[in-house]
Amino acid sequence: MTSEVTLSRQRTLNAPATLLPMLLIVALAGIAIAAPVLAPYAPNTPLDIVASKSLPPSRIHWFGTDNISRDVFSRVLFGARVSLSVAAASVALSLAVGTSVGAVAAFAGGVWDAVLMRTIDVLLSIPRVLLLLAISAIAAPLPLVALIALIGLTGWFDVARLVRGEVQSLLTRDFILAARASGVRDSRLLRKHIVPHLLPTLAVSATLGIASTIALEAGLSYLGLGVQNPTASWGSIIQLGKGLIDTQWWLTLFPGLAALTAVLACNALGDALRDHYAP
Amino acid sequence: MFVAATFAFVLLHFAPGDAYSSIGGGMTDEIRATLRAQRGYDLPLARQYVRWLLALASGDWGWSTSQQRWVSDVIAEAIPRTLVLMSLALCASLALGMGIGAWQGARAERHVAARDTADRAVSVVTLFVYSMPQFWLALALMFCGVRWFGLPSGGAVDDLHDRLSAADRLVDRLRHLLLPWLSLTLAGAALFTRFQRSAMRDAIREPFVRAARAKGSRERDIRFQAWRTALSPVITIAGLFFPALLGGAVFVEIVYAWPGIGSAVLKGVDYRDYDLVAAVVVIGSAMTAAGSFLADLTRELVDPRNRLEHS
Repeated sequence: MTSEVTLSRQRTLNAPATLLPMLLIVALAGIAIAAPVLAPYAPNTPLDIVASKSLPPSRIHWFGTDNISRDVFSRVLFGARVSLSVAAASVALSLAVGTSVGAVAAFAGGVWDAVLMRTIDVLLSIPRVLLLLAISAIAAPLPLVALIALIGLTGWFDVARLVRGEVQSLLTRDFILAARASGVRDSRLLRKHIVPHLLPTLAVSATLGIASTIALEAGLSYLGLGVQNPTASWGSIIQLGKGLIDTQWWLTLFPGLAALTAVLACNALGDALRDHYAP
Repeated sequence: MFVAATFAFVLLHFAPGDAYSSIGGGMTDEIRATLRAQRGYDLPLARQYVRWLLALASGDWGWSTSQQRWVSDVIAEAIPRTLVLMSLALCASLALGMGIGAWQGARAERHVAARDTADRAVSVVTLFVYSMPQFWLALALMFCGVRWFGLPSGGAVDDLHDRLSAADRLVDRLRHLLLPWLSLTLAGAALFTRFQRSAMRDAIREPFVRAARAKGSRERDIRFQAWRTALSPVITIAGLFFPALLGGAVFVEIVYAWPGIGSAVLKGVDYRDYDLVAAVVVIGSAMTAAGSFLADLTRELVDPRNRLEHS
């Protein structure tokens, strides 16, 4: 039994479909952490507003400079910190809320289940982008923590639905019935028997969620409603190039490629994990 | 049990009125609160909300402060433009996605051991397109389209539109439509292709395909039957992803200054135009409900097994 599990785990880890995106994610995270060491310039200090304003990519400024002479390469490196941590933190929040609600609905059953699930159906029917736009109409500009909370709290609905379905089917399994029959308390049942079985589902949901959240944050910041300049995120760098794509394309291209790489790696990993757990 | 599940699903989408109005309400509680301070309203929130709902029900959407006219006028003008863009893009991306995905799925199944190269190559491409933030894909297309094909970068018509001949007007409209449409279509097609591929692969593994093969049916007929079966999950996905598609359309509209509800809502956000923003959220939810209802309907049409049984 154990050896079988280890074997399958090894197979997942060794398959190039998993290994490649995983390496890419680790590399991106490493770049984000090491940004202060790697970045050739300070991300938020203008270098020379007269001489180095809006320079195209060159050997000195790999990704060019922006309209107030900041080095775009350094900003993209530092932007990785903000973009990746906003995505990771808000997805963690979504997963926590979604798992709790889903598990409660499945455990409680009956009226509670019905009420929670209908509420989620209703919430899911509001287009998320419109909801976020509407909230930012009231509250913009949002501080970073509020942005994370907002993205996290609008992203848990389908996680809850997924977890509820999973827990419901787990509750009918023999090992759960056996545990219940032998008098295991609900809290322990949840911790020891249910949550471990949810992990694959949650892992897939987390990686795919991070992918879509990176894109969402970039979009919101591009509209000027997410991360606010001068804080660099991939979206907020692109925002500075808004309307300038024909002349200062480097402001759009490089941060966009960074976001694309991150989203791609997460999507590929999510696909690989899903294929492995539910072929 | 299957009938019950289908019934619950259909029922759920049959009752959208209640659903989105309460959402609009949840939203408006907050919007209303700020509005009250702004306009000196001092009614309790619940009454405000009821008043707003009643007004909404009687067709009074309020006053748009960003455009200085009735919200209903703004919406009436913006909605058709969004619908044109979205429906054209949706049709094209579904057609593309279903076609390419089915072809891929069939190949993937046939070459299971050998790992078909064409299938893998297309998969990589769709994963790429699928992973691009939608506004960025739109920006990239804009860059290429404007630079190399001389296409207009934004708006729905040229400045001199009114002075053109009828035929040139049509050409002008189409030229303005092309890039936003392409942006939405590519993103949608990537999404649908991914789902169609796996649905097709699953369908071809079903026993009825083996039975048909054993019977000696032509491969083309078998493919067609499998494809019909594989359509239903893709249509479900189209319904489920409708809010995401709408969100994508909002971004694409904003990038190309396409004067639909996306551009209207962004302007509304800039001006804190609460009535307009609230109206767009309600309409977006209504469109979602309509979209998923349409998806249910289509699903029953293409696959009789999904049909509601009166038992």
